Amino acid sequence: MDKSNKSGAEALIHSLHLEGVELMFGYPGGAALHIYDAIFNQNYVDHILVRHEQGAVHAADGYARATGKPGVALVTSGPGATNAITGLATAYMDSTPIVVISGQVKSGLIGTDSFQETDMIGVSRPIVKHSFLVQSAEDIPEIVKKAFHIATTGRPGPVVIDIPKDFTDPEYKFEFNYPSEVNMRSYNPPKEGDMSRIKEAVDLIENSKRPVIYSGGGVIQNDASAELTALAKLLNFPVTNTLMGLGAFPGSDPQFMGMLGMHGTYQANMAMHNADLIIAVGARFDDRITNDPKQFALGAKKIHIDVDAASVSKIIHADIPIVGSAKECLTALIEEINSRDLNVNDPDILKWNNQISDWRNKHGLNHSLLEQGPQNGKILPQQVVQSLYKETDGEAFITSDVGQHQMFAAQYYHFDKPRQWINSGGLGTMGFGLPSAMGVQLAYPESIVACVTGEGSIQMCIQELSTCLQYGLPIKIINLNNAALGMVRQWQDMQYGGRHSSSTYENSLPDFIALAESYGHVGIKVAKFEDLESAMKECISLKDRLVFLDVDVDPNEHVYPMLEAGNAMDHMWLGKEEKTWK
Amino acid sequence: MKKVIALLMENQPGALSRVVGLFSQRGYNIETLVVAPTTDPTLSRLTMSTEGDENVVEQIIKQLDKLIDVVMVTNLSDSEFVERELMLIKFKKDSFPENTFGESNIVSEAEEVINVQVVGTSSELDALITKTEGNHPIEIVRSGSLGISSDNNTLTIEN
Repeated sequence: MDKSNKSGAEALIHSLHLEGVELMFGYPGGAALHIYDAIFNQNYVDHILVRHEQGAVHAADGYARATGKPGVALVTSGPGATNAITGLATAYMDSTPIVVISGQVKSGLIGTDSFQETDMIGVSRPIVKHSFLVQSAEDIPEIVKKAFHIATTGRPGPVVIDIPKDFTDPEYKFEFNYPSEVNMRSYNPPKEGDMSRIKEAVDLIENSKRPVIYSGGGVIQNDASAELTALAKLLNFPVTNTLMGLGAFPGSDPQFMGMLGMHGTYQANMAMHNADLIIAVGARFDDRITNDPKQFALGAKKIHIDVDAASVSKIIHADIPIVGSAKECLTALIEEINSRDLNVNDPDILKWNNQISDWRNKHGLNHSLLEQGPQNGKILPQQVVQSLYKETDGEAFITSDVGQHQMFAAQYYHFDKPRQWINSGGLGTMGFGLPSAMGVQLAYPESIVACVTGEGSIQMCIQELSTCLQYGLPIKIINLNNAALGMVRQWQDMQYGGRHSSSTYENSLPDFIALAESYGHVGIKVAKFEDLESAMKECISLKDRLVFLDVDVDPNEHVYPMLEAGNAMDHMWLGKEEKTWK
Repeated sequence: MKKVIALLMENQPGALSRVVGLFSQRGYNIETLVVAPTTDPTLSRLTMSTEGDENVVEQIIKQLDKLIDVVMVTNLSDSEFVERELMLIKFKKDSFPENTFGESNIVSEAEEVINVQVVGTSSELDALITKTEGNHPIEIVRSGSLGISSDNNTLTIEN
């Protein structure tokens, strides 16, 4: 190991290198300049210059979600730090492992309202897994070691390292020692689940007649998709995934019921509502899933596997709580099942699966819309997603922003693999799509990375088009342009008597084609259904260019199904006039 | 029902704000909060009392335990425990309730005022305040509850 004397800034970069960091995203400024100088003088860690710190954190987040490795962002103090906050909150809500390093004013100036001073530790406190304010240059290696350990283990999450400028001073050097292991008496994330609980869980599994496996982002974060799939196949149980969990179980598998919750499929929500056993893995019974918790799946026993003890029985009481990593707990569950003589072709399970098929046939999503041509002369947003799916053979990384386009992408692009679908599910951050796609594209330069977005969301981080040009990132931006804040307008249609308060732009939208071209990219406009598939083909075929595909879609389309607020999961709107209850 | 939670946390800058911040962030109420260093200089002990049903308190404990700076946390109310609070009261001399307090309660005496100290359970102190209302105390200071389990359970760590 390199034990030569280093400055705090050099120690920081070398520590990142020893953590396996190959690239980081950031934006320089006064308090971070010593660090930037240290970056200039080495070849281990590449730095990607974004155009706004929010973009840096989302890009690091996208990188982390796609690779499973921690993402790193570097920002300066004050506005640099506050601009990173939305990115941190996004990563916190979706439990992604990122480390954000913020420059801070010199230690002697802290608390004096000095130039570009913000109490980053205080401002970020509720939206980080942990944070460190560096107290001396010599502490930097150990803090970096701890930060990566905390960010990536247990329930992952963002960690902030705030470094006063004097501790990165190039004039002050010290002997560099990187700790080989971390020992924290106050942090020991659980791994194995309690075996007696696992046996109890299998007892319930054995006797269930209407089971559902409900898995979330935790399965993807913990790389437990293979185990989840094996469990589902072993038992022949139906599977539903949360918005964050899509791809954990193959989306095109017949056992898959689709996403559940607010905009979940009819069959997934009906199965949850009528189940007698819910096996929740790495999911947290979020309000977008349960609807009214008091009316949630009242006939079902709940097995809840989660690495975060605080998530278990937080919203919904767990009959069998199992605290441990998804991978270890699922493995133990499978072993326990295998040790017993279970009859997986149990007639009750077959009957239940037939019931689900009936639900699917009755009100399932129509995955053949593309073949049905234009609807009332217009392009449906769902058709654009289907066209993207077709042209990319279902193998692209899809990032997304927040709104109707996000739900259409989640519903209609069948994600067969984990880490393929990248979106801000918990915080619902508009502006996440493009910068997170940069992180994915840099991690996988040869893969197709498409950002399914809307004309509202894309404008929240549009400046990153410039970053994409600088680093040659051939992202495919699929803009479902309905000239309105679609999801806001949908709610206004459904709950506010159609009063479209501040959800349209009064002809003030930019010419996205000219905009993309001015940033040095390719822009393609699609206004007619007849042009959709050829334009999509062209978009995907331009391997080395960022393409902004701006598609005019039917502005009146709503996302369905949609749960009726404050009710049980079987209360769904299926269309503008069609609902499941009287 | 009042619950008393005790925890050990790393004696580090920012640790206390994480604990206190958690309560406002998650909408829990803190009734009293006491924090002081322990004989182990790397640890502080924090005692808080809060109102809430079993489920809420269970959530609070889990969320506290999740904080990286929190080393150990326990709900003292789960079993027999001793709860004590210190109170200081200032009276005008001419309305000092001599029959309520003995010599040993008096901690200072000046020309016009007397300060007394009382130790007891929170409810004993509440009762005392009610009892001396007619004597018009001019200032009352309470420390907040401390707690320790009655049996051989301890909130300590082995070093």
